[in-house]
Amino acid sequence: MQVTSPQFKKHTRAALANPHLQQALGNVRAGFIDKRKKAVDALPEFDQLRDSARDIKNHMLDHLDLYLEAYEAKVRASGGYVHWAETAEEARAIILDICRSAGARTVTKGKSMITEEIELNDFLQKNGIRPVETDLGEYIIQLRGEHPSHIIAPAVHLTKDQVEADFRRVHDHLPPTRDLTEHESLLYEARRVLRPAYFDADVGITGANFLVAETGTSIIVTNEGNGDLTQILPKVHVVVASIEKIVPTLEDAAQIMRVLARSATGQEMSVYTTMSTGPRRPGDPDGPEDYHVVLIDNGRSAMLGTEFQDMLRCIRCGACMNHCPVYHSVGGHAYGSVYPGPMGAVLTPSLAGLAKSGHLPNASTFCGRCESVCPMRIPLPKMMRHWREREFERGLNPATQRTGLKLWAMFARRPALYRFATSVAVPLLSMFGRRTGRFRHLPLAGGWTRYRDFPAPEGRTFMQQLSERDAVTMQGAK
Amino acid sequence: MSARDAILGKIRRSLGADASDPARRAAVTSRLELAPLGVIPARGQLPQAERVALFCTMAKKLLASVERVSGYDAVPETVAGYLRNNNLPAAVRMGADERLSSMPWVEQRALEISRGPSDGDDAVGVSHAGSGVAETGTLVLTSGGDNPTTINFLPDHHIVVVSAADIEGDLESALAKIRERYGKGEMPRTVNLISGPSRSGDIEQKLILGAHGPRALHIIVVDEPGVS
Ligand code: SF4
Repeated sequence: MQVTSPQFKKHTRAALANPHLQQALGNVRAGFIDKRKKAVDALPEFDQLRDSARDIKNHMLDHLDLYLEAYEAKVRASGGYVHWAETAEEARAIILDICRSAGARTVTKGKSMITEEIELNDFLQKNGIRPVETDLGEYIIQLRGEHPSHIIAPAVHLTKDQVEADFRRVHDHLPPTRDLTEHESLLYEARRVLRPAYFDADVGITGANFLVAETGTSIIVTNEGNGDLTQILPKVHVVVASIEKIVPTLEDAAQIMRVLARSATGQEMSVYTTMSTGPRRPGDPDGPEDYHVVLIDNGRSAMLGTEFQDMLRCIRCGACMNHCPVYHSVGGHAYGSVYPGPMGAVLTPSLAGLAKSGHLPNASTFCGRCESVCPMRIPLPKMMRHWREREFERGLNPATQRTGLKLWAMFARRPALYRFATSVAVPLLSMFGRRTGRFRHLPLAGGWTRYRDFPAPEGRTFMQQLSERDAVTMQGAK
Repeated sequence: MSARDAILGKIRRSLGADASDPARRAAVTSRLELAPLGVIPARGQLPQAERVALFCTMAKKLLASVERVSGYDAVPETVAGYLRNNNLPAAVRMGADERLSSMPWVEQRALEISRGPSDGDDAVGVSHAGSGVAETGTLVLTSGGDNPTTINFLPDHHIVVVSAADIEGDLESALAKIRERYGKGEMPRTVNLISGPSRSGDIEQKLILGAHGPRALHIIVVDEPGVS
């Protein structure tokens, strides 16, 4: 997994200065939040379903080895193949092998984050196989040579005008005078251009939202129908999925589906929920002749039994980033990992290592909105704090931060000294910031004040106010 | 050691678990066997007539169009009417599904009917759903010799016939029906849960219909007198 997270600060500066990106990010703030809220409000059982979804995945994770075995046996019984890959490299080799045995030159792909994680497209291309992304958003970013900036809306960082420019550049066989000013015309052009690819492809690769142990079924949840054309038209269907996508039964999948679409796009149900079990059956007039599942670990088994196990409940709905003020300001690419936002800040260090993941656990204001909307009740802020603690223990943060924290710790352990120091500092700060109530510059806090003002203190410390308030309540009680 | 054994071994070590622990095995076996129901929303738990009405309301919210007809014999003329109203050529593609085949298509003399899977050149496909889900306005279609999956995705217009008697209150009931038909733990190659016509919001989050699948989904709900 390619990670450039240590350059997070540099990326954020560029992101904040990019007018196209800032315009596009307005759509995240405006679109996702309201739609989710409406869908959630319309289902009184939503919170109960969140508990149910959490419990299902917890049970599954505690018995993951056994459910994987049960799932594998079912896939085999339905005529499919199961492959296991410990690492991204192994997974790529397995997929290439399947493509080569099918004599594949073109491979169509449904949207899949795990294939981004294992960097499949580059690898196939280098080996002479053309991967064609068919989800509209994925197609657009493939044309641009970019990575997705959002786990469910890969091209959310782009404006319509940018997409038009890309289509004009790449679809140069179409008349230059054609009208591409509307969203519709862009979508229909992509539809027209991509249709033949489904028929040309020898192999179709999709991800999976769920793998059902009871039946050996893989489930994808989409809106466009591209994932379906990808898996029913080519001779071979390859499902690429990480091991924690398992759920025990169809009923369990149904429970989680109810929270997935609502949290992701505010839909009650995505347009296409497709359950695939094995290859086409004798007498079936269509469908793939071969069905393969590639099960990928790539660091997940090591998260079990640790304080990061809860992260394996994630169903990649994107709600945490849709509600994250940091994501709203800088977008997904700034995180420098295929998994952006709060879920990425927790997952990327687990998968790629903390040293490579730089500032990610700090890319948070700890406002707690991510946890409050997470359908799987994943304690994201707590886990980011765990990473910060590990970062500190291993001496991975910059020297100024370490000195600052140590200094603070010294004061914090000596309450008298702390009270004295703040009782001097707060009135001082208050005096200097009095005119506007804010600081535009503060020594040692340039990273903060460059993009936002620091509010000046009101004049008294928290401790002073607390003891005054306590005195008042005590009086009231008497 | 195979990658399989390595992964399973790592999982067990991380969990501090034993593969042969009878309590763990029993927990898994019983969940797989019993498939316990979770939280079922009250929304769809209605008497049959209201359930069908809810299904129609929810499907329309998903931007499908819905027509209710009385009896299977009325389906062919309803299909012909849909084609006329939408200025579509008088031609449809469908599978060999018995419920579809037994309808009086011959009465629609001008209507050309092709059978079998779609090759992408059909404007209109007709399918029969196994059930509907009132809770969300979702159709449940299963693949099989007589029900090609390509018809659900390649034509621009998808017309789906469903019997009012097959409309369930919730998703779990529809899944239970599949289990009943194919056997516990067994599935057809493809089950398509379809909730409205294809769409994308990938450009600036603006919703457009007809991304890669059908631009229009027309549902014909058949009330059969005496059947419920
Ligand atoms: S962490 Fe929660 S909110 Fe974020 S993508 Fe995963 S499931 Fe969704």
